[in-house]
Amino acid sequence: MPSGLLGIEPLDRVEIETILDRAKNFQAQQSARRKSDQLRGRMIVNLFFEASTRTRTSFEIAAKRLGADAISITATGSSVSKGESLVDTLNTLGAMHPDAIVMRHAASGAPHFLARYLVETPIINAGDGTHEHPTQALLDARTILDRRSTLEGLRVAIIGDIAHSRVARSNMYLLSKFGAQIVLCGPASLLPPELAQLAPGISLTHKMEDAIRDADVIMMLRVQLERQHEAAFSANEYFQFYGLRLEHMSLAKPDAIVMHPGPINRGREISSEVADSQRSVILNQVENGIAVRMAVLESILGN
Amino acid sequence: MDPASGLDAVCDIAIEDGSIAAIGQNLAIPGAGEFDATGLIVAPGFIDMHVHLREPGFEYAETIESGSRAAAAGGFTSICCMPNTSPVNDSATVTSYIKERAERHAIVNVFPIGAITKNSAGEELAAIGLMKEAGIVAISDDGRPVMNARVMRRAMETARSFGLPVIDHCEDLHLSAGGDMNEGIQSVRLGLRGIPAASEDVMVARDILLAELTGARFHVAHISSRHSVEMVALAKARGLPVTSEATPHHFALADDAMPPYDSNYKMKPPLRSACDIGAVTAGIISGAIDAIATDHAPHAGSEKMQEFEKCPFGILGLETAIGVTLDRLVHSGKITLMRMLELFTIGPNRVLNLNRGRLAAGSPADITIFDTERAWTYDVNRSASKSRNSPFHSQTFRGGPVATIVNGKVVWTAEGLGLASASQ
Repeated sequence: MPSGLLGIEPLDRVEIETILDRAKNFQAQQSARRKSDQLRGRMIVNLFFEASTRTRTSFEIAAKRLGADAISITATGSSVSKGESLVDTLNTLGAMHPDAIVMRHAASGAPHFLARYLVETPIINAGDGTHEHPTQALLDARTILDRRSTLEGLRVAIIGDIAHSRVARSNMYLLSKFGAQIVLCGPASLLPPELAQLAPGISLTHKMEDAIRDADVIMMLRVQLERQHEAAFSANEYFQFYGLRLEHMSLAKPDAIVMHPGPINRGREISSEVADSQRSVILNQVENGIAVRMAVLESILGN
Repeated sequence: MDPASGLDAVCDIAIEDGSIAAIGQNLAIPGAGEFDATGLIVAPGFIDMHVHLREPGFEYAETIESGSRAAAAGGFTSICCMPNTSPVNDSATVTSYIKERAERHAIVNVFPIGAITKNSAGEELAAIGLMKEAGIVAISDDGRPVMNARVMRRAMETARSFGLPVIDHCEDLHLSAGGDMNEGIQSVRLGLRGIPAASEDVMVARDILLAELTGARFHVAHISSRHSVEMVALAKARGLPVTSEATPHHFALADDAMPPYDSNYKMKPPLRSACDIGAVTAGIISGAIDAIATDHAPHAGSEKMQEFEKCPFGILGLETAIGVTLDRLVHSGKITLMRMLELFTIGPNRVLNLNRGRLAAGSPADITIFDTERAWTYDVNRSASKSRNSPFHSQTFRGGPVATIVNGKVVWTAEGLGLASASQ
């Protein structure tokens, strides 16, 4: 990886496979409580403008397990609340010469903006607005590959608020590059038709049954029903038509797995029974998050 | 070349006391200075009917003076300034202020456009009659639409009684809410909220119908969508006094021309699809579109250097208008040079009745001299504007403005051409 990781879209299969393979090696490290020296002396700054416990902690642990120093800055605790512009925040950080910046921001394109001004520092996108969340897609792929020999030809249903989901976009790009069949499903107002043109192998449906039928993977997305500038959606209506329940599982393949990037809204997009069932790999996703992020940091900062 | 009279010949123009004294062969005035325009096009002074001068209130981004310098550098001799200043130009006081400042500091003619509603808030009508007396040439709440149809209706009736055209920034704010770029595959790909073309279309449709109801002259600002162009053409075919303008960027750049998240490509209405560009171009060819107007919208660097969604809408346009138009429309064979001149002269003049835009004995000596072949590169960092927000930085053009004469005085010449400046 040359200078950073802004998204999945620009990556090719080889780059992605390399990370997924390295992540497999790092999986063993997770429970072995080993720490390496690979990135000793490096300073990684986690710059999170959006609340996140899961991703931020995951990156922090990943950095530390590689021997690097990690510092987390959250927007509310910084001078951003004093009205400092993004450019000034970035320039200030840049002047401290971190080895890499991991950034999460509510605005799509914020890391691209950052990369334009801090040309020397690798930027890792931990989620920008509704655009991409590359490490999520990588850990999702790693989780699927822990249970399937290949992504090729897999039928993956992604269900929820696709329009606003960076997780959906990054997954679409990655899965498509490896020849999976992706079915996107959600309410009409959250499923713009242009999504089908983003990458090969993508189809759209408003009917959950059609999405889940014969699926190998069911990926549920967290839904935010109240949004600025949008007509609000009724929660009951949403769960009735797009919430994943136990009875849906008989439509999918017998060994289908259920995924969710978290945090889950029980009873909103996924029922408790399904979330806690054998088919759910949600906690594996979290585990793999650290392994994958170690692989990403190593590939960007390693020698 | 003069579209109003059809003149297209090699000849001389004699200027005396700020007016054109004569047009003909081998004219001679004893003691007069000479401007040799051999090989260049001499046209009536170009009019840009949609410019934001930011004064009063936003002088850090542009002033009447700096905007007028940018206009002159773009070959424009007259500009019309939109009222979204601070305070908004919704009264005779602000109109007079702008006129006075222009008289003292502007190097081109400045014609103020007054607001439709008080503070452009879309509710109470502004002092349209009083502003007319103070010198406005049209009304508009540009930057914003008038969302309330009843208010727009009354504004049209009032404007009609005062002989003023109504220029609407056609956008249904509910449909465009929160949007940052054209709604389409690019906006979905980039994860940016989209502004659907329908937000422009529904407003154009509404305003055309209200114009028919009231008999007002209605002009669509910065038209960008193919359905809107269609509707304007239809309205004209039905004999309604509906006119429209297009900006150079709306026939030159599609939404996929934007480098990711580059705010120098962010404006309203947004850059649209190749299909829409085709329709705007066709509208220019057919006459559905009457004028080219830049919607020159300066913004301070700090404002445009933010997360994309936070950046204000608007880009510069005065200095690149001729270059872009020659490139996309004339050199590509889509329109003739004479048609291009119409779009910059009699087109806008017909909408606004400025009494400008023609070369004739007795007319003010406003003259645009440009060339159609010489290569030049636009360096936004040397722009006469105070701002730098242009998508055309470092672009090379074939042909551009060479000299600008306002009321008989040469107010600008292109650098490095060794031209003699004559002020007579």
